[in-house]
Amino acid sequence: MALPKVCGIETEYGIVVRGADNNPVTASSLLINAYLAETARARTRIGWDFEDEQPANDARGFSLDTSLAPEVETTLVNAVLTNGARFYVDHAHPEISTPEVRTAREAVVWDRGADEIIRRSMIAAKSMLPEGAEIVIHKNNSDGKGNSYGCHENYLLARELPFGRLTRQITPHFVTRQIFTGAGKVGCELAGRTSRDVPYQLSQRADFFEEEIGLETTLKRPIVNTRDEPHADPQKYRRLHVIVGDANMSEVATYLKVGTTAIVLAMIEDDELGDDWALGHPVPAIRQVSHDPTLAQTIQLASGGRATALEIQWGLLERARKYEQSHGLESVGEAVGADVLARWEQILIGLESDPKSLAHQVDWIAKRRLVEGYAARHGIEPGSDKLKALDLQYHDMRVDRCLALRVGLDTLVTDEEAAAAMTEPPATTRAYFRGRCLEKFAGEIVAANWDSMVFDVGRDPLRRVPMMEPLRGTADHVGTLIDDSNTARELLDRLGDPTA
Amino acid sequence: MAERQQKSKQTGERTDEAVVDAAPPVTERGEELKAELDDLLDEIDEVLETNAEDFVKSYVQKGGE
Repeated sequence: MALPKVCGIETEYGIVVRGADNNPVTASSLLINAYLAETARARTRIGWDFEDEQPANDARGFSLDTSLAPEVETTLVNAVLTNGARFYVDHAHPEISTPEVRTAREAVVWDRGADEIIRRSMIAAKSMLPEGAEIVIHKNNSDGKGNSYGCHENYLLARELPFGRLTRQITPHFVTRQIFTGAGKVGCELAGRTSRDVPYQLSQRADFFEEEIGLETTLKRPIVNTRDEPHADPQKYRRLHVIVGDANMSEVATYLKVGTTAIVLAMIEDDELGDDWALGHPVPAIRQVSHDPTLAQTIQLASGGRATALEIQWGLLERARKYEQSHGLESVGEAVGADVLARWEQILIGLESDPKSLAHQVDWIAKRRLVEGYAARHGIEPGSDKLKALDLQYHDMRVDRCLALRVGLDTLVTDEEAAAAMTEPPATTRAYFRGRCLEKFAGEIVAANWDSMVFDVGRDPLRRVPMMEPLRGTADHVGTLIDDSNTARELLDRLGDPTA
Repeated sequence: MAERQQKSKQTGERTDEAVVDAAPPVTERGEELKAELDDLLDEIDEVLETNAEDFVKSYVQKGGE
């Protein structure tokens, strides 16, 4: 049976400084430090522990040791939060990795929590900047000038799943899911194409994918990324690092992005998906789908036939329905899984019959309605800078400027849940142990990362607590122990070996 | 945030209706959506950056990931 699809979202946000020196690295550090200073004033700062980071390992079985390997910059601001998330500077962007969660719904809750952290950070940073200056953050994936930054997803998979089959079978979903996960973009950033050719497209990211499979994330981006860094027991697990998605403003879109992908991955793990939808030419196809808001064009299948993105999505949903009958959906959470299937179907019906009816759920449709309505009212040419400004402001994280907050998007998470997710970890994964310990025993923690924590309990040597099982360290497992311990030393004594 | 709360209440109600009831006639729904869009565009004019085009021109990011 498929493993529980433990998952998480990493968002790199766009950043600009208005009214002061616009250095994105300095600004990202300032933004994060301002947040930490405000929220963790009484708390010791906990650094990230880089001991187990191996971003150059390739899932295909080799390790890159050339200059092409992705770099982890260890000197920049890098913090672990009490909700189990990581808030840090990645290249020239602030990035938040949500804690590991168990379901798509939890992914939305902690993604909303991350957005609220960003909003709080912008306000906190303002007081550290000269009068009138501010840091403005956008939750988007492109500057419209050929520079892209990612919103990555991560899913737990069994180590024994053959990577070749995984790549072949997940690619059709990655190429076609953008019909409901795309965040929308005015214009085109593909070399040789202009806004005249493509005035509006489904995805922020599709223009930037050049390979079917590979280790890169910053150049020659691949549809399937092979980074083999499980952050868990490497004998048992893989972490599929998904770089192909857009950052969503719509909660429903985030929910379906993670929910459908988790189900498709579970089917692949149980070898219940098959190769019917394997694609002939995935890289041209991902752009073609993105550049076609009519959803009418067909793409080439490996079998020789052709299908629209919508037909492929209907095919995947049909398989998922059968899979639900034969295997159940425990791997993605039964209730959430059933709800994802129902919403997936409703979205496909809407896309097929009346896409405009999805303007409250699908980002590219919500944004398109706004852009086209504005263009019609003011007589503006498609693809013009004025419309690109609307596109950008759709993703503006300032509450008083954000257009996505004004288009009436359906919500799945209450503001109270989102506020709680800024500081509280999910109860259902090891993130609970990480977050609760940081909240309660910060003074005795030296460092933390995804799969371990290092404690200084006043006697040598430092105690590294391994967390190689993503589903150990939940509230059920350690909640009472943490509640009953007054110090980390007490906790460690009670835990014995927490991995046992 | 008050505004977002208000919106989520409205949309929450609409979602419930959509699940329970049959969809309203297309013309009625079309009119409703058009009125909603008009209101929205009025509001957009108010919140749009005053120098939005300059901002979008100067918006340059470093590639990430």
